[in-house]
Amino acid sequence: MRNGRSKLAVLAAIPLLATACGGGGDAAGDGADGGGGGDLSAQLTGAGASFPDPLFQDWIYEYSNGVQPGVSVNYQSVGSGAGVEQFLEQTVDFGSSEEFLGEEDLAAAAEARGCEAVQFPVVFGAVVIALSNPDLDGLVLDAETLAGIYSTEITTFDDPAIAELNPDMDLPSDEIIPVHRSDSSGTTYVFSHYLTTEVESWADEYGEGKELDWADGLVGGQQNDGVAQGITQNPGGLGYVNQSFAQEADLAVAHIVNEDGTPIEPTLESTIAATGEAEIPDNFQFSIDNIGGEGYPIAGSNWIFTYTCGYDQANADAIIDFWTWALTDQGAQDLAGELGYAPLNEELTERVITELEKTNSENGGGDADADTGAEEDAEATE
Amino acid sequence: MSTEAPEAPQAPEAPRRGTLTSGKGRLADPIFKWVVAACGTIVLVILALMVIRTTTEAWPVFAKEGFFGFLIGEEWTAGGSRTEITGTYGAWPFIYGTLITSVIAIAIALPLSIMVAVYLTHLAPRRIAKPLSYTVELLAAVPSVIFGLWGLHWFLPNVMRPFFEWLEGAMGWFFLFEGPVRGVGYLPAGIVLAIMILPIMTAIIREVVAVQPLEQQMAAYALGSTRWEVITKVVLPASFSGIVAAAMLGLGRALGETIAVLMLIGGSQGWGASLFGTGSSMASHIAATFGESSPETRTGLMAIGVALFLVTMIVNILARVIVWRLGQFTGDAAV
Amino acid sequence: MSTTTTTPPAARPAPLSQRPPGSGFRRFKNRSATVVLTAAMVLAMIPLVLIIFEVTRRGIGVVNLDFFTQTEPPPRREGGGYAAGFVGTLYIMALAVLMSIPFGIATAVYIVEYGPNRLTSSIRFFTDVMTGIPSIFVGLFVYGLLVIGWGGMGFGTFVGAVAIAVMMLPIVTRSAEEMLRLVPNELRNASYGLGARKWQTIVHTVLPAAAPGLTTGSMLAIARGIGETAPLLLTAFGSGLIVTAMQGAPQGAVPMQLYRGAGQPFEAGIDRAWGAALCLFVLVVLFTIVARWIGSRASVGSR
Repeated sequence: MRNGRSKLAVLAAIPLLATACGGGGDAAGDGADGGGGGDLSAQLTGAGASFPDPLFQDWIYEYSNGVQPGVSVNYQSVGSGAGVEQFLEQTVDFGSSEEFLGEEDLAAAAEARGCEAVQFPVVFGAVVIALSNPDLDGLVLDAETLAGIYSTEITTFDDPAIAELNPDMDLPSDEIIPVHRSDSSGTTYVFSHYLTTEVESWADEYGEGKELDWADGLVGGQQNDGVAQGITQNPGGLGYVNQSFAQEADLAVAHIVNEDGTPIEPTLESTIAATGEAEIPDNFQFSIDNIGGEGYPIAGSNWIFTYTCGYDQANADAIIDFWTWALTDQGAQDLAGELGYAPLNEELTERVITELEKTNSENGGGDADADTGAEEDAEATE
Repeated sequence: MSTEAPEAPQAPEAPRRGTLTSGKGRLADPIFKWVVAACGTIVLVILALMVIRTTTEAWPVFAKEGFFGFLIGEEWTAGGSRTEITGTYGAWPFIYGTLITSVIAIAIALPLSIMVAVYLTHLAPRRIAKPLSYTVELLAAVPSVIFGLWGLHWFLPNVMRPFFEWLEGAMGWFFLFEGPVRGVGYLPAGIVLAIMILPIMTAIIREVVAVQPLEQQMAAYALGSTRWEVITKVVLPASFSGIVAAAMLGLGRALGETIAVLMLIGGSQGWGASLFGTGSSMASHIAATFGESSPETRTGLMAIGVALFLVTMIVNILARVIVWRLGQFTGDAAV
Repeated sequence: MSTTTTTPPAARPAPLSQRPPGSGFRRFKNRSATVVLTAAMVLAMIPLVLIIFEVTRRGIGVVNLDFFTQTEPPPRREGGGYAAGFVGTLYIMALAVLMSIPFGIATAVYIVEYGPNRLTSSIRFFTDVMTGIPSIFVGLFVYGLLVIGWGGMGFGTFVGAVAIAVMMLPIVTRSAEEMLRLVPNELRNASYGLGARKWQTIVHTVLPAAAPGLTTGSMLAIARGIGETAPLLLTAFGSGLIVTAMQGAPQGAVPMQLYRGAGQPFEAGIDRAWGAALCLFVLVVLFTIVARWIGSRASVGSR
């Protein structure tokens, strides 16, 4: 009897395991039959900023399914800080951040790897102010009023400060409910960086960062979706989100007054215009602050870091090919546009590609090569 | 399930067999014993490692803020350094968030679980009592992330929010229910927590109530008591310590719950008395900011972890001591 | 009531034995308490029904074969599935089961067969205490110990499995202990009587007799482990690709992928998250029900 039961127990467990295994076993079908005729083969790992993550994921998907089926790229949006850290520790093939590497970090990188690191911007993105009330689409705000709203000094939409910016709009007396990201995120960094550069009192009180000590009474949302729920579930909801989200959810957005006093609607064109406004030095250490002209002012950039030595040739080729594709291919550029990210202009693209091609150009640096080769073998994931 | 004394009757000793102490298998018994004993001590090793490792990791923050300074500090400014502690770390808003959501959860779940347990043991038709109690316990099997998803997308806008607005309208003068209603906040997190801890509390209370001696209840009936009187005057008073233990275990669960709270509490670093306000719990703050934190911030998060560990340990140990003194431990329910 | 009595139908009170106890008010209280208790029962069932309904309604449209065999495209694109998550969950759970169940059962054997002594008492006590440790803290601990600490292993499958195993261990131990205690001493004595040594008795008699119960406990532990998100966020870290490396590359899992997918603002990704929620729910409930079924058969057998 007993023996029979114990067998029964085992039998009962088998189908479960079998189905589970079955699911696992078939799972290799990645459907990478698309054309492209790519001949590269490599596995790249990258880590860093979360702000461009939606675009990077789309790029990687398109690239490894259509262009170079032999190349797989694993990008982890661990945040800029961890991205820089992992890059300096050489545990990833490329790093990414919303801030450029300073001289100190560059020196640390050169010392650790035995050769220089290169950095270059790959994309620009705007952070838009989304509104719950569709009647308020096109509401004009500036840095001062945004800071006022997020420090709960401005609490209603018919506040004189807002009314002054919107003389033609019939403003409701609804209470404004500001929504922020409760998790640490690059979007928060771009937004708070903008307020910090523009508004002195904000800089003193809150500063910039991936997470802030927000004023009491604000609503926090977990990830983009949490912010979305916070905005849409509250009649007076107002929140900052990636441009792609506002497009996707078809939310009302505010126009932001830029440095020249012009209210700018967040569109792809205005983000591109913003990047044109920024002056970009040869070392690519810049930030898009104080944007005027036709440029939308709340924008961030994203840098990619690589080393000039120490890669397997296959990986180096793949890194250069991937980013060149992302920066120049029309399909890749269209993807960026669809997601609300602005590609670099032509002149900048050329400069960036020149910089990008320095990757692994000083190879032959001895032991560093052997080290990372071994490491990458160990990291091979498939 | 079964209920037995804390130290159940010992398994019989193997006979001492002088004749068999020699030969091939002579060492097998002691080896086997030492192997299983070593496996057993793993629990103790893991716990010791937990305490040592996390405290060591968190030490720089405690050194800078002081242990109590860390607990009562109200400001949390994460620094971005790779080597030293530059930020300010005060965990009070998160500790408050943890406590208030857990208290809400217990306040809702405790009466409900007592009622459900009494219903299952004294009222439910015999035929459906068992399936019903399994079904309630099934709720314990729902992963926390599903509670969060459902809570945020369905339960909050469709049920809780209208209720909150009504509550705010009726009781808004009272500081706990001061508006405005924002959707996410302490109260929705606490309510969903209550749903999540209901099964474990019901299971324990049900077992405790079920083992109350029938003689006393019969005697009370014989004296002319109604069923309600038997339940409130005989059964429940005798089950008191079991109910306390269940509440403590539920509290232990509620204190450490992460994902569902994270999605519903509204994640700000401030704190306030109104239950409609937003905040963070210790666990939710760790999960929210861990992903993109700098090494320095992770030290701070580790310190929150240590504080959380201490609080849950105290609650759990109290609960276990009560349960053990009851003399009947419920194995099934604790799982 | 009875119409065939010889006594006149006067206002004579019914005999005590036929009268419900108490005065009218007390009876009213009793009846209303019954209503309230029944209402509480119904109230407790409502969330479960609502959750099942909502998860099924939103998830059912997404779950098809592709959902199990394809990796996830970027959140805004439709199609694809959670293959990476399923592989990761399977991988992590397999390792976690290997780590937790043998140790858990061995611990229970030590407690039941060699106890009670001071060591077994403290093991029992701390096992109980360990069931209450917050899962996020377990994640932090494994992160501090293995990911950055003495191990310095980085994120990956193995460290994720360690975290889940630490969550499962006390559950396995506790339930295994109960099951071993249910094995009647007659069996042990019979085995000794046949000349078996203690370890032979345990391995050949006690454990097989308790096998269904041990299976129940282990499956409940697995059901608990499958749904864990928080500790994995800090240890396995997550990946959208299928990862076969045991260590060195971040690994994904269904609950984590679902948590991240639900956080993206794109409809397609959120739909897939609901689909994953449905799969996870079905999986966990299946494990729970099968475990209880085995368990109830076992307990009938042992009594």
